[in-house]
Amino acid sequence: MAADVLQAAWGALPYVLHGLPYTLGISMAGLGGGFLLGVLLGLAGLGTWLWRAPALLYVEFFRGTPLLVQALFLFYGLPQFIGRPIGPLTASVLVIAMNAAAYIAEIVRGAMISISPGQREAGLALGLSLVQVYLWVIWPQAFRRMIPGLGNQAITSIKDTSILSVIGVGELVRQGQVYIATTFQAFEVYALIALLYLAITLGFSALLRHTELRLQRRGGL
Amino acid sequence: MQNTIVPSFFPSRDGNGQLEPVTMKMRIKDLAFYYGGQRALGDVNLDIAEHRVTAFIGPSGCGKSTLLRVLNRIYELYPGHRAEGEVLLDHTDILSPAINVDQLRRRIGMVFQKPTPFPMSIEDNVAFGIRLNESIAKSELEDRVKWALEKAALWDEVKKKRKQAGTSLSGGQQQRLCIARTIAVRPEVILLDEPTSALDPKSTAKIEELITELKKDYTIIIVTHNMQQAARISDFTAFMYLGAMVEFGETERMFTKPSKLETENYITGRFG
Repeated sequence: MAADVLQAAWGALPYVLHGLPYTLGISMAGLGGGFLLGVLLGLAGLGTWLWRAPALLYVEFFRGTPLLVQALFLFYGLPQFIGRPIGPLTASVLVIAMNAAAYIAEIVRGAMISISPGQREAGLALGLSLVQVYLWVIWPQAFRRMIPGLGNQAITSIKDTSILSVIGVGELVRQGQVYIATTFQAFEVYALIALLYLAITLGFSALLRHTELRLQRRGGL
Repeated sequence: MQNTIVPSFFPSRDGNGQLEPVTMKMRIKDLAFYYGGQRALGDVNLDIAEHRVTAFIGPSGCGKSTLLRVLNRIYELYPGHRAEGEVLLDHTDILSPAINVDQLRRRIGMVFQKPTPFPMSIEDNVAFGIRLNESIAKSELEDRVKWALEKAALWDEVKKKRKQAGTSLSGGQQQRLCIARTIAVRPEVILLDEPTSALDPKSTAKIEELITELKKDYTIIIVTHNMQQAARISDFTAFMYLGAMVEFGETERMFTKPSKLETENYITGRFG
């Protein structure tokens, strides 16, 4: 029995692995975009009401609606409104980026406000401009504190890409579904997919821990 | 010299107890300060002598730190905080909107109550302000870092571990590192906001010695709630109470013959 399962999973592996570049590519591109947007939103969240209000609305909206609905809306809903289709890959990267940005914005904001106000005052008292203080004093310290939160979000977003199978992107889950449709080996294939996700996220966790340690050694924090 | 004045209440003694003229470095005129709608300081008039230590003393909440924070306009960080009146540095009103505050803060450095080293090496802490403000050669930068650490009486203790994190030093050393960092950008005035209140007596003594040494080159203003400290290290003392300047004069006289009852009550420990 066990040998059969292993054999079936092994047989499915090459087909399922066709989805790996999509899973990794969408995750990385989505997280990259999400990080940039998240940093902007997080910094806006530190500003006056004029900056804070739109950032808050964005965060609440994307955090408060399911990723599945966001993906369906972007891929099926929005094209009806704008009158032209959005490719499944574009939609995938966008939806991961926009969703991750909402969470990253809060990670960034939280880390920035956790830095003692004394650091900001000390930087300014030295004659640095506010931009220099944020860039060279606050950001490096805050970034170190963001790493655990960003790691969480990265792992969540990697797993979230599985939802994109509903809009027809050939990532791991979609590849598996197609394979199962012809072989009916649901048990073996879904187990295989779960293990593949686990391998990716464990690898990512190790990378993060390494980065965190390196920054700690360098920074003396 | 235009701003060399010897007002009757404002003598200064040299090492032999002789009166000598003092030059005014800063002049505070009719200063008021508001936290939103609440007035925290009013009618403050005060002259700060060059190359002397001026101490602001008074009970908690009297406005001494507020006054200090007006002098480098650091209060502007917070919305609703507002100063009115005039604060002259040499002959320029630093409260004028035309003043470049970044440049102002390079002329008027500040050291805070809690040591605030940046999370970088000892050397980088001192070089940081110079690097961002001036473009100087590496060797010159190294010389300046050494000079500032020497001035702050820290060089001997850290010369072999300059690459170590500034945060790895003891509290007293961290505070001297912050003083070195302030000196490194070559200010004219140094503001010290209760610089020893978080330190043990030994570290406090070192900082006090350092302040006495530094006044040869800098004009120093220190806020302290430790009256003995003000008596030990300052040349002039301003006693503040409830947001007003109650009395100001030569430290020795303030502590021996105060002219106001509130001052006497405070320095004799009857309140505060």
